[in-house]
Amino acid sequence: MFEVNNEFKRKLNQAPISVWISSILVTAAITLPLVYLVIRAFGAGIETWDLVFRFRTLRTMGRTFALVVSAPLLSLGISLPLAWLTTRTDLPFRRTWSVLTALPLVIPSYIFAYVVIVALSPRGMLQGLLAGPFGVERLPSIYGFPGALLSVTAVSYPYLLLPLQASLRGIDPSLEEASHSLGHGFFSTFRKVTLPQLRPAIASGGLLIALYSLRDFGAVSLMRFETFTFAIYNQYLTPFGGRMIAAALSMILLLFAVSLMVMESKTRNKSQFYGNGKGNSRDPNIIELGRWRWPALIFCSLIVLIFLILPIVILGYWAARGFTAGESLHMVWDPAINSLQVSGLTAIVVILAALPIGILTSRFSGKLSQILEKFTYIGFALPGIVIALSLVFFAVGTPSYQTLGLLIFGYMILFLPLAVGSIRNSLLQINPKMEEVSRSLGRNASETIRSVTIPLSKNGIFSAGALVFLVTMKELQATLILSPLNFDTLATSIWHATSEAFFARAAVPALLLILLSSIPMMIILIFWHRKGKYEKISGSL
Amino acid sequence: MVRRIKRRNDDRGSEILWGILVIVLAIGLVSGFYVYLIQGSGEEKLTIYSGRSAELVNDIIEDFESTTDIEVEVKYGSTSEIAGTLLEEGEDSPADIFYAQDPGGIGAVEHMLATLPDELLENSPERFRSPEDKWVGISGRARVVVFNTDVLEEEDLPDSIEDFTDSEWEGRIGWAPTNPSFQTMVTAMRAVWGEDRTEEWIEGIQENDPTAYNANTPTVKAVADGEVDVGFVNHYYLFRFLEEEGEDFSARNYHLRDGGPGSTMMISGAGILETSTSREEAEQFLEFLLSQQGQEYFAEKTYEYPVHEEVETHPMLKPLDEIDFPEVSMEDMDDLEGTLDLLRETGVIS
Repeated sequence: MFEVNNEFKRKLNQAPISVWISSILVTAAITLPLVYLVIRAFGAGIETWDLVFRFRTLRTMGRTFALVVSAPLLSLGISLPLAWLTTRTDLPFRRTWSVLTALPLVIPSYIFAYVVIVALSPRGMLQGLLAGPFGVERLPSIYGFPGALLSVTAVSYPYLLLPLQASLRGIDPSLEEASHSLGHGFFSTFRKVTLPQLRPAIASGGLLIALYSLRDFGAVSLMRFETFTFAIYNQYLTPFGGRMIAAALSMILLLFAVSLMVMESKTRNKSQFYGNGKGNSRDPNIIELGRWRWPALIFCSLIVLIFLILPIVILGYWAARGFTAGESLHMVWDPAINSLQVSGLTAIVVILAALPIGILTSRFSGKLSQILEKFTYIGFALPGIVIALSLVFFAVGTPSYQTLGLLIFGYMILFLPLAVGSIRNSLLQINPKMEEVSRSLGRNASETIRSVTIPLSKNGIFSAGALVFLVTMKELQATLILSPLNFDTLATSIWHATSEAFFARAAVPALLLILLSSIPMMIILIFWHRKGKYEKISGSL
Repeated sequence: MVRRIKRRNDDRGSEILWGILVIVLAIGLVSGFYVYLIQGSGEEKLTIYSGRSAELVNDIIEDFESTTDIEVEVKYGSTSEIAGTLLEEGEDSPADIFYAQDPGGIGAVEHMLATLPDELLENSPERFRSPEDKWVGISGRARVVVFNTDVLEEEDLPDSIEDFTDSEWEGRIGWAPTNPSFQTMVTAMRAVWGEDRTEEWIEGIQENDPTAYNANTPTVKAVADGEVDVGFVNHYYLFRFLEEEGEDFSARNYHLRDGGPGSTMMISGAGILETSTSREEAEQFLEFLLSQQGQEYFAEKTYEYPVHEEVETHPMLKPLDEIDFPEVSMEDMDDLEGTLDLLRETGVIS
């Protein structure tokens, strides 16, 4: 570290006023749901809280807790071997497997859960297959916890897989070699040397999955597993005071989510994620699988078969039945165009909102910026329905009500943390000395942000945009409540069709939704998995 | 500690991706603005909040638009979702019409509805409309017991829904207690049987360990798949399955022989919001639904029972005069709150 005078250092730590103003404005806007919850829950009165603190709530809490703990664990069980196989071994078609195993992220949970019911329910397709040769009369019930766990894991494990692959690829092999030379075997080295280095990736990916299982609605409602989010929805559907109970339950859910985030930040160590000179690392050693490549291939195929191919095949089967029964395609185009449009717009808006906060929290870290960062996580802590209802509360009667703008604003609250995280992590990997050099060469703070920081973080910005696009395509709850009149998206048309038992009619928009979301996903993945690119994306999820 | 430097040399890939991103986003912006302009233009429109799904009523709404040249905007959702939204919106609601799946749902917002003119009320039979003249019944669905045809015949089924509390039905029943239609049936039970007997029925069914589904559709599907042997549902879901899956679909409807609350007739109803700014167009819409054309649509396309006596029911349905319905006044059917209290007390819903 070279000497810098204190005056220069102090100036370096001052963010431009424009960054501050935009960050504070965005944060203020996204705290609206909290204000709403406070108004509702405190206007509720004693009887409501009486209803909330009953045995039933405890059971809901137990179910929620079970899902929140086991979904990340199951995801880890799937993701760790997959990540290791696709980054550190000579597994055939590694890159193809990498892309295929991450693709289930594009499947909405309500579609996957529906497919699971068709395939695995006591008298579903699997039972039909087993009935002939084995005489299986019925399978154990998939509803409740097992079905919810399977569906939630299926659509969220890539949140863990991607950062794990990035970290495994980035590990300095000399540490593992040292361990081997000291006489440690493969498993001992993995446990003592490799695993600790994966800890940040496991903690952050696990947190994303835990928070996702807290706020998932599609899978738990189809599987009839009453977690907090589902209970909130059921209460909201109940006239006469249901909305007050819903608000009270949302407060408990919020507490739950906040404690998860606190736990994660405790495990996050203060390690430095950027290098300080020319790289001292080589590509990690590739382990030859030998005979073990067959079980490895079977494992990868099974994952892809269950989480990707099975849903598509079943949807295709329904779609084909629909066509033979004379369904037409005309219902699909308008929703598809609406979905693409609103998701594209949302991606731009969310990136613009996330950039100043990402820059502020990664480059000009201080007390206030840390507080601002915490607030951006509101979207991760509350289900779509609560955010949507709060916006109805504030917007109704104003011209913004039932406009595309309000819908996009709702999406922004929901998906801002995804974008902020992605941008911030990509910035954390860039040595701040780049900017210090720019400053010392006479550029001021905002010029430096424009000419150095933003160009350097464009991978983070790009993946943030693609991710937001993807999750907006899938979003259902807020869309149902906030969308303009006569505005159907692919997600809402699937939901309407399935709720009235027109399964064949739901299959075509479902396939289209998966196809259209796969495009941005494939772009990110292929880009990421190009050799030598790992370092740039590590942790950008 | 991981210490490495990240520098890129090969930027071409990312340049191309950025190009694609910018183009996609630009298209999105322009088309979004275009949609905004289109939506911004145009004069008075009729805004319908429909608790009935697009699949059921979209076609008849389009027919209305083409016959009257009135532009219609629709918000779809479940009846309770829409009722919740209306309550949240209050006086600021942009809605002109609330078209609900059941009397309970529309009853929850009855205080927000305007009194309807006599000409409209005359077209809807008195037993199928609001006692306060706030909404009219449009079409009917019968509560039935759907049964699996592989294990049961209609003769095996008991006369009354009360008999399903018998222990022989243990583990064989499916129901959807959060579904508004089910709750309306319980409201009818309370009106016909009284509170105590209804509570006994609920507890008796619960002792038989019923499987709870989140809606009628999955209940019918579960019965056909043999997950459960019988389900308490509305009649018309079966016909959708028969349409998509053909005659081998192994479930059929049974209308309870005793004519008790197990075969309650459920009425979908529509009313006009007090705050509506297009009262005249709204009245035209209700008239249209009650006209010969509107009623034939429900009989033929959605397999429902028309409220218009001169319109014939679908040939696949058991005719109205062959089913025994309980006589429940619409006044009693309004008391959803009491039903929810009972269901909460018995722990059926939370």
